[in-house]
Amino acid sequence: MNRQAQAAVLFLTGAALLHAGVTDLYLRYVKAGLQPLLLASGAVLIVAALATVWYEWRGRRHRTDSHDAEDAHGDHDHGHTHREPRISWLLVLPLLALILVAPPALGSYSAMRTGTALQQPYGYGKLPATGPLDLNVVDYATRAVYDHGRNLKGREIKVTGFVALDRSGAPYLVRMALNCCAADAQPVKIALTGTIPPVLQPDKWLEITGSYIPRQTRDPVNGGPVPYLKVASATPVATPKDPYDESWNT
Amino acid sequence: MAITRPAPTGPDTAHEPPRDTEGPEPAAPSAPAVEAPSAPEKPSESRSPLILTMLLLTLVLLQGPLRGALDAPVMQSWMTVFVAVLVQALPFLVLGVLLSAAIAVFVPPAFFARALPGRPALAVPVAGMAGALLPGCECASVPVAGALVRRGVTPAAALAFLLSAPAINPIVLTATAVAFPRNPEMVVGRFVASLLVSCVMGWLWQRLGRTDWLRTPRRSHYEGPSKGAAFWNSVRHDVMHAGGFLVLGAMAAATLKAVAPASWLRTAAENPLVAILALAVLAVLLSICSEADAFVAASLTQFSLTAKLAFLVVGPMIDLKLFAMQAGTFGRGFALRFAPATFVLAILGAVLTGAVLL
Repeated sequence: MNRQAQAAVLFLTGAALLHAGVTDLYLRYVKAGLQPLLLASGAVLIVAALATVWYEWRGRRHRTDSHDAEDAHGDHDHGHTHREPRISWLLVLPLLALILVAPPALGSYSAMRTGTALQQPYGYGKLPATGPLDLNVVDYATRAVYDHGRNLKGREIKVTGFVALDRSGAPYLVRMALNCCAADAQPVKIALTGTIPPVLQPDKWLEITGSYIPRQTRDPVNGGPVPYLKVASATPVATPKDPYDESWNT
Repeated sequence: MAITRPAPTGPDTAHEPPRDTEGPEPAAPSAPAVEAPSAPEKPSESRSPLILTMLLLTLVLLQGPLRGALDAPVMQSWMTVFVAVLVQALPFLVLGVLLSAAIAVFVPPAFFARALPGRPALAVPVAGMAGALLPGCECASVPVAGALVRRGVTPAAALAFLLSAPAINPIVLTATAVAFPRNPEMVVGRFVASLLVSCVMGWLWQRLGRTDWLRTPRRSHYEGPSKGAAFWNSVRHDVMHAGGFLVLGAMAAATLKAVAPASWLRTAAENPLVAILALAVLAVLLSICSEADAFVAASLTQFSLTAKLAFLVVGPMIDLKLFAMQAGTFGRGFALRFAPATFVLAILGAVLTGAVLL
């Protein structure tokens, strides 16, 4: 790959990072806190591409001035270009993956292959005394398992997550929790019972309204605790802006 | 980062055939339907912009069928992890590359001669401690260590820095403390074990290392017509080079995450010795950023604290993407000797520290 091609790859990679950082695309892959770094590194890559073109152009002009005769035999590579290792061509791959395909956030496939990552919390936040409880998957699961549903009994509960089915077809509501990037994302699962919609499609996001029941099961992968939620109704919702639960980052 | 071959000495050498110092590139593991673009055989380097344009155009035209082929859940999850590892690592790589270019171009070699003790045996622990100053993960430390070697820092000290920096900087230690709220001794253990292992590796290199194993990155790249030209030249070269190896590592990590069964971990956790080995191997294969690995370790609830410590000590020192990047920076001959030694010593260091502290 010569320097013009390298400049092109650098520029495109920088532009792809900027694009991902400015839109919500980056939230599919990394934690929200990485945004400033992403934007900065995208900008640096673009500057590096422009600098490469600029110095190349200046160097070439300089050379044409001094070695006119040499330049006559063909417009092949200029004097001191170093051949870059071919490994650089691999950088085209992520570029294509990010620009053309933009793979979705991790879903039910990874969720059912990894055990639930539920952990005992340091404490519990205060819940509103009346009205329906709007909880996230991690919050509901920790309260149900480690707080024995103390403040959940008898309340109407709303939880949003995506659907995953295990081998026997039993439905779960899942949210992936993330610390840094999707490579370390781990699921937190809630098993569903009650009036489950007749057709459940994996990876579809649902807002479930239901109630706590004191029943638990074990995650088939790692034996971790999985609480149940009794479903009263389920409405399909759009994928949230940040598909991952990042509450562990704070 | 590194020179892969001696820099051409004059205009004449531009015609020499590409010497294949990188060796055959491992085929993309479970490569997506995308043809690995590492293949193009170009008779002349100057055609690469043309090849690049053609490649991009073809793929844009074919994107419909490509998306269809990539629709399987296993393929999608492979791609998500692949892109995620890169998106997460690139900013740190860029940070490391900028730092290394700045060291190479703006810091005079005399500075390091004065900053580091003259005796290598002393320089090693000092450089190891200096690792605490580089806030970032392992992707940043490889280019910086390469620049240090080029600036005349004794390799033993630069290697100690390379190993310690990703594990003992404040960001990583804070993340470890957050991930293990009930075991603050894990933070101490991680710091002690990582520093210990990096120093021992440095001293070991001092005793046994041979300079011809290390492909000393000495080249004319940093001599541009101006300092600005040299700086950006170095940035461009390092991003292209180390970035390529990073892609290779990300492919390996994504393959493991998408394909390997998770259930074997349960069996491994039952025997304490097997557990330590299993988590050490897992750290190598997963190639998680050192800023996040503590959370993953914390979630491996079935394992002992010592096994988790081994995971935390091995991961930042040697994993698939680091191995690829080290091979790129210092040469394959170096990486093949350095990586196994690091792996064994890191496990020993973790077990020792675990026996004393945990």
